[in-house]
Amino acid sequence: MIKKEMIAMLLAGGQGSRLGVLTSKVAKPAVAFGGKYRIIDFPLSNCINSGVDTVGVLTQYQPLRLNTHIGIGIPWDLDRNIGGVTVLPPYEKSSNSEWYTGTANAIYQNLEYMESFNPDYVLILSGDHIYKMDYEQMLDFHKENGSEVTIAVMPVPMEEASRFGIMITDENKRITEFEEKPEHPRSNLASMGIYIFNWKTLKEALIAKAEQPALDFGKHVIPYCHENGAPLFAYEFTGYWKDVGTLSSYWEANMELIDIVPEFNLYEEYWKIYTKSEIQPPQYFSGDSVVERSIIGEGTDIYGEVYNSVIGCGVTIGKGTVVRDSIIMNQTRIGDNCELNKAIIAENVEIGKNVKLGVGEEAENETAPHIYNQGIVTVGEKSVIPDGVSVGKNTVISGITKAADYENCYLASGKTLIKEGEE
Amino acid sequence: MRAVGIILAGGNNHRMKELSQKRAICAMPIAGSYRSIDFTLSNMTNSHIQKVAVFTQYNARSLNEHLNSSKWWDFGRKQGGLYVFTPVVTADNSNWYRGTADAIYQNLDFLKKSHEPYVVIASGDGVYKLDYNKVLEYHIEKKADITVVCRDMEASQNVERFGTVRMNEEHRIEEFEEKPLQAKTQTISCGIYVMRRRQLIEMIEKCAEEDRYDLVRDVLVRYKDVKRIFGYKIKDYWRNIASVEDYFNTNMEFLKPEVRDYFFKQYPDVYSKVDDLPPAKYNVGANIKNSLISSGCIVNGTVENSVVFKKSYIGNNCVIKNSIILNDVYIGDNTYIENCIVESRDTIKANSRFVGEGEIKIVVERNERYVI
Repeated sequence: MIKKEMIAMLLAGGQGSRLGVLTSKVAKPAVAFGGKYRIIDFPLSNCINSGVDTVGVLTQYQPLRLNTHIGIGIPWDLDRNIGGVTVLPPYEKSSNSEWYTGTANAIYQNLEYMESFNPDYVLILSGDHIYKMDYEQMLDFHKENGSEVTIAVMPVPMEEASRFGIMITDENKRITEFEEKPEHPRSNLASMGIYIFNWKTLKEALIAKAEQPALDFGKHVIPYCHENGAPLFAYEFTGYWKDVGTLSSYWEANMELIDIVPEFNLYEEYWKIYTKSEIQPPQYFSGDSVVERSIIGEGTDIYGEVYNSVIGCGVTIGKGTVVRDSIIMNQTRIGDNCELNKAIIAENVEIGKNVKLGVGEEAENETAPHIYNQGIVTVGEKSVIPDGVSVGKNTVISGITKAADYENCYLASGKTLIKEGEE
Repeated sequence: MRAVGIILAGGNNHRMKELSQKRAICAMPIAGSYRSIDFTLSNMTNSHIQKVAVFTQYNARSLNEHLNSSKWWDFGRKQGGLYVFTPVVTADNSNWYRGTADAIYQNLDFLKKSHEPYVVIASGDGVYKLDYNKVLEYHIEKKADITVVCRDMEASQNVERFGTVRMNEEHRIEEFEEKPLQAKTQTISCGIYVMRRRQLIEMIEKCAEEDRYDLVRDVLVRYKDVKRIFGYKIKDYWRNIASVEDYFNTNMEFLKPEVRDYFFKQYPDVYSKVDDLPPAKYNVGANIKNSLISSGCIVNGTVENSVVFKKSYIGNNCVIKNSIILNDVYIGDNTYIENCIVESRDTIKANSRFVGEGEIKIVVERNERYVI
């Protein structure tokens, strides 16, 4: 008989629209992070390091990169005879075929998958946070307290609490009330979007609320459990946890990795983060190169200067080029004598010679100031930037751009240059 | 592919000096992120050889650890796989491998149970790319009994540690000398052979009957007039790393863009075990010129014209020049290293100085390491 004490369901179907062009062709969990990783590597590595060897990954938005990355789970040791990783896309049914309409709806549509492992507990995770967490400890907490639903929470500064789902607990950590993004928060314990459910409780709640449109954990399932008297507990987590849902938090989280001893340390022997490595050779530095306060992935060739940056694998940085405070993802090529300031360059981008990014005055982005801000230049994957152009701050470039797209070889601060349909 | 692969990885020799104390030559780290045997294993998998046997004997811990899974080279298949044969005591044999032919003899069942008509035998200490299918095609075309892969070495290269061959105009080998004192030619055997499986079994059994144990001396040299032995010449990059000098130079050649391009950017790829190390990190004070640095390293000092392998730590104000730092080395602050090979897992105290004068110095420092 197949029996798993706890299985994990990892929600990886969201677009993450606040990452702008970074997620125009890939789902957020597949976005590169920290030089050689992708965001989903963190929850997947946490699973295997916590002894959770059965993980269902729910995909929906642009899943190709995610599917290729996960494969059969070899990098995370999740290629198992029983269990392992399974990618769960929405599927057609004889009666009502539908997309995943909400977080809990996605789980509901995969009741059969979970049932097949006969689990006692189900761990719900989302694929867009950077953290190291032992889910086994959380499960111990869940069992000790006789909890039916345990929500991982972390204390946040009171003034930021109104951005989160806030849990109000009694002295035993039992949740008495909760509020979604309250104006006047009464507690600073923010939900991290990580839940452990007793399988019976989860199944019953999902079936009872099945007809609810856009069935969501925070809005519908957890309130339902609470109303029906199920004991809810808050598991407090105090380690590093970062939501990389916006470009500026994504940029910050990357930059934090280059501190002398970063708060989130990838160099610890214990609790390794695994990823699919396609590129293995070492990185090369030429005689003229300069590099300081940076992390750099495999197979990258540096002929220029790199300061305070996170550089991925297989990248080429040309001679005379100066890169500062930037994130450059895998397989991007940057020509000679360029200057990059606070730029996020996605994968497989070609940047010509004498290109300057992030120069000039500050100006608010014209199309989406809530996404493109903080002076960051964002370049989408597979973009091309021609020789000799200058680009201002809070700008975004995507697609194959030509010199003619830049007025006087200049894209002013705050401009958006997105060329659709050219691959 | 119509061949099984055999990799001879048992060897060790005095030319590697202290470096061979820790591991078999085939497990020597190369080019920052690889080990010597990766090149032969990758060539085998890229030539679609599905079944590969590795014969190992001398200090095989490193090698076994490296070969702990066949999946890195895509050998973990139902048809085929990677087989590691170390000497074992059996009812009728309690000897170590007394030579390369004996190693094959002691595991002859592997060959007997295979069904592929040909065998590719290669040593694990070569750094090269080669499609063995081309050698096999040539072998069939020449109606050869044995085909030996050969290469003309530059006149400056001392060939006395290789087997030298002389071929006639149709490339049949007429002379084959093992480790000649006075080499008559600059054409050497690369230690890569192709022959029919039945033929190999027959020759190895004959050898064993006569108490002969060496594949080169007792098969190739002895049979050169009786059997049709042909040479297949390669012109591309090929290096053997089985001496300290060649090992050092081969690693340093990877600083040349054309060599890196040939191995790492051109098809086909070279594969190695994946270590799941974080990206390399450069703190304030890092100053790197013309060097290769591998993943998992943390660099705080100066590195020039050097190759630094995985997971090494280089302290503040260190200067590393023209050296090779092997895996997982900790170098304390203010250390100066020039013309050295620093052995893997070394811990070097702060304020040390190691300089190879006139030749490459091998640094073996086993100090206590306190991990914070």
